[in-house]
Amino acid sequence: MDELSTWEKLPVAGVVRPADAPRSLTGGWRTGEKPTADLSLCVNCLLCWLYCPDSAVTLAGEAFTGFDLDYCKGCGICADVCPVDAIAMVSE
Amino acid sequence: MNDVRLLTGGEAVAHAMRQVDPDVVPVYPITPQTPIIQTFAKFVADGRAHTEIVNVESEHSAMSAAIGAALAGGRTMTATSSQGLALMAEIVYIAASMRAPIVMALGNRALSGPINIHCDHSDSMLIRDSGVVQLFAENAQEAYDLMVMAPRIAEDARVLLPVLVCLDGFTITHSAEPVSLLPDDDVARFVGPYHVPNDVLDTTRPTTQGPFAMPDYYFELRRQQAAALEAALDVLEEVASDFGQQSGRRHGALESYKLDGATRAIVALGSTAGTVKDVVDELRDEHEPVGLLKLVSFRPFPGRAVAAALASCARVAVLDRADSPGGTPPLHAELAAALYGGDVELAGHVYGLGGRDLHPPDVREVFAGTAAPHIGLRGERCLV
Repeated sequence: MDELSTWEKLPVAGVVRPADAPRSLTGGWRTGEKPTADLSLCVNCLLCWLYCPDSAVTLAGEAFTGFDLDYCKGCGICADVCPVDAIAMVSE
Repeated sequence: MNDVRLLTGGEAVAHAMRQVDPDVVPVYPITPQTPIIQTFAKFVADGRAHTEIVNVESEHSAMSAAIGAALAGGRTMTATSSQGLALMAEIVYIAASMRAPIVMALGNRALSGPINIHCDHSDSMLIRDSGVVQLFAENAQEAYDLMVMAPRIAEDARVLLPVLVCLDGFTITHSAEPVSLLPDDDVARFVGPYHVPNDVLDTTRPTTQGPFAMPDYYFELRRQQAAALEAALDVLEEVASDFGQQSGRRHGALESYKLDGATRAIVALGSTAGTVKDVVDELRDEHEPVGLLKLVSFRPFPGRAVAAALASCARVAVLDRADSPGGTPPLHAELAAALYGGDVELAGHVYGLGGRDLHPPDVREVFAGTAAPHIGLRGERCLV
């Protein structure tokens, strides 16, 4: 929706379909720190994937691969929940 | 086939729910709604309805679960009263804004405090502006009939809003009357299969339901919701006509009772209309030109039809079973707006709070223009 709609043209209840939504890259909200992973320590428990509030932990199948920094907001929950300290928050 | 049974209003509503056979009923018990859900729960336990009853921990959760069920594609009903509706109120607004076609029976009961279990309409009026349809029954038969009509109104593509069927606590919920039930098959045919609204929760077609709306869209979405409630007036009349053909009983937005040639009229909601009808009959026998305008639909409010129905009246008295401290009671305010600019003398009376009875002699005083502003309140002098 490039132009603001009148009420008659809005979807009922303002329901948003994926095609209607702008693809805002919310990774721009990070304020200085991003997660990095040491794959040699990772035990692939996927707790980081489970806890990430922005679905920004990336997988290949069921294997942890890293982070999607286009959407990671740098909250650090992944580093906090990692049971083997394989994730560290580092300065951008 | 005329299946007439002796039923309380609560039982009659439960029969309507059994015949509609909704997919999900999240509900929390509260007096005087309890006979509705206990009767319905027995129907489900006996296999006479096939509903998933969700025993939630509060009314806030009941309405939240109802929204989830409705948006996941299930026909959904619930029921509550008074404090239950107050606790639910936050989510009633959300249900209306998410356009969830939930049908809810409301056993009208006074809001605390002081705590009370008996009838008035303060609970309904608490959510007056939530954007839901509110229909008021006069008796157990109407409560049953409106409950059968309600899914058709709620689920109409022009509406998609919660519909409340309001029945006076104890006076209707707990009083047994002869009630004519439609055959189960007729009700099933009347409500039809549930057509899921356009966009429901579906993992294969993901959507954002209930999105954040900033100053650039909030106003538009509120207007869209208000337009749907306005459209419910036409839908109600269509459904009323269909239901009338099926049952012989037609319940539109209002009922004019002996208003032809009436110069004085009372406007009322709910079971009080029955009391007023008896007094109108007596006064008409005494050649007094009086009548009753019973409102079935309080929201949407049929303002133009109200003004037309009262066109012959020089004096109109409004009976409000809810007060608006520091302001004008809700029904009185609606009538004042509907009749504004006309040549009608309008009187407003508050009565029946917390279940205080309104007696036929009180109604005679209203027609005579001698009733006090607060009918039945000890120590208040009459107007003469």
